[in-house]
Amino acid sequence: MQLSDINWFKYAAPQRFYPLAGKLLPWCASVAVLLCVAGLALGMFIAPTDAQQGDAYRIIYIHVPSAWMSMVIYLAMAFWAAIGLIFNARLAAMLATSLAPSGALMTFIALWTGALWGKPTWGTWWVWDARLTSELVLLFLYIGFMSLHAAIDDIRRADRAAALLAIVGAVNVPIIYFSVKWWNTLHQGASVTVTKSSMATPMLAGMLIMALAFWAYCIAVSLARLRVVILEREQHTQWVRAELGVRP
Amino acid sequence: MNEDTPVHIPSGGTLGAMRAIFMRDLRLALRRRADTAAALFFFVIVASLFPLGVGPEPALLRTMAAGVLWVAALLASMLSLGRLFADDHADGTLEQLLLSVCPLPLIVLSKMAAHWLCSGLMLSLVAPLLALQFDLPGEAIGVLLVTLLLGTPLLSLIGGIGAALTVGVRGASVLLSVLVLPLCVPVLIFGAGAVDAAVSGLAVSAHYSLLAAMLVAALFLAPWAAAAALRIAVD
Repeated sequence: MQLSDINWFKYAAPQRFYPLAGKLLPWCASVAVLLCVAGLALGMFIAPTDAQQGDAYRIIYIHVPSAWMSMVIYLAMAFWAAIGLIFNARLAAMLATSLAPSGALMTFIALWTGALWGKPTWGTWWVWDARLTSELVLLFLYIGFMSLHAAIDDIRRADRAAALLAIVGAVNVPIIYFSVKWWNTLHQGASVTVTKSSMATPMLAGMLIMALAFWAYCIAVSLARLRVVILEREQHTQWVRAELGVRP
Repeated sequence: MNEDTPVHIPSGGTLGAMRAIFMRDLRLALRRRADTAAALFFFVIVASLFPLGVGPEPALLRTMAAGVLWVAALLASMLSLGRLFADDHADGTLEQLLLSVCPLPLIVLSKMAAHWLCSGLMLSLVAPLLALQFDLPGEAIGVLLVTLLLGTPLLSLIGGIGAALTVGVRGASVLLSVLVLPLCVPVLIFGAGAVDAAVSGLAVSAHYSLLAAMLVAALFLAPWAAAAALRIAVD
């Protein structure tokens, strides 16, 4: 089959994407559970105790993946929102709204676990450090996106207004990050970059497995949410009535 | 109120139209002086509440002054932002503006400029008086004035996007603050940071440069984003 034979827009229709999401959902969910069990077992029982931080460091198996996901999901949300705005694609806008709560949850978990880690390590629940503060601002951006979407009754207008806000936020995120970074920095530098790592191998492996587990979890939850959003917004159509078994 | 100040699109082309809208908004603000004054008094009152809350020690007040005045200015400019497009939306003027031959981002820019003149500039001019209450040294007061003059236009520009997004939305004023305040974090950091640097005898030119850079970027991008938001809102 040639590349041009593929219909790239086949799954852009909510009607066709709905069953696809239903098929993908159990796979993503089971991958998330399996990886989570494996990653936590590796992180909690096999990985060595940290020389400086003791066992308190083990919170990174939750903290770091959720912090990564909080940023990745914002970018994904802004991307799909922009696609929805530019190409007037309904499904992309629905996907953006489905991603937002997961992103906000991940941001909250990152902040919460960071506080739990900060108490034994830094001796305080909260410091006005650059990364903490920019993560907090990210949470505010998620909340802004969701509240704007919720405040507008016309759903298509809500999609487009929230999309514009997400794009403005995405332009602003690097500015906020660097301004807060120059303002105050206490957080330790990143231990993991693409090319090198300052961590022991089992620790790193556990963290990366947990990161993949969080990816799978976020995809599964977003797909489940997306299916509900599709049903809600397409409730006037024949196929949804058939799907739900409503008699005309 | 708007009937006596109709939107003239004179023959002066784009610049003429921008000038007409700018003058119209100024005239409207002059006829509703109480609104402009209320935001100003809000600024003064909020700034005066802080010494009452944290105690009158001059050393403490001096360290807080920059932050308190900047945050108060930020909140005060949020008050008047809600009406930037809402009144025009309510009486249908906004639809006429959208239909105008003059490019919408430029119309939006002139409205933002008029808003800054009535809100940001006034706040900047009152701030030195309040800074005296906080016992800031003279040099730092000068820095505060410059950062406010550079920073308050940014608040009008960024806030204008939020105002356009929330036109005709339930609970617009609270929502506006939720949307706009996080985006204003960099302005606050560099604005208040410059004054703190001046108090501790450090160079402030980097802060000025960064504020000015953000102002230039926002001047280019914000009217465009706000125009897109208006088209979504009125669509």
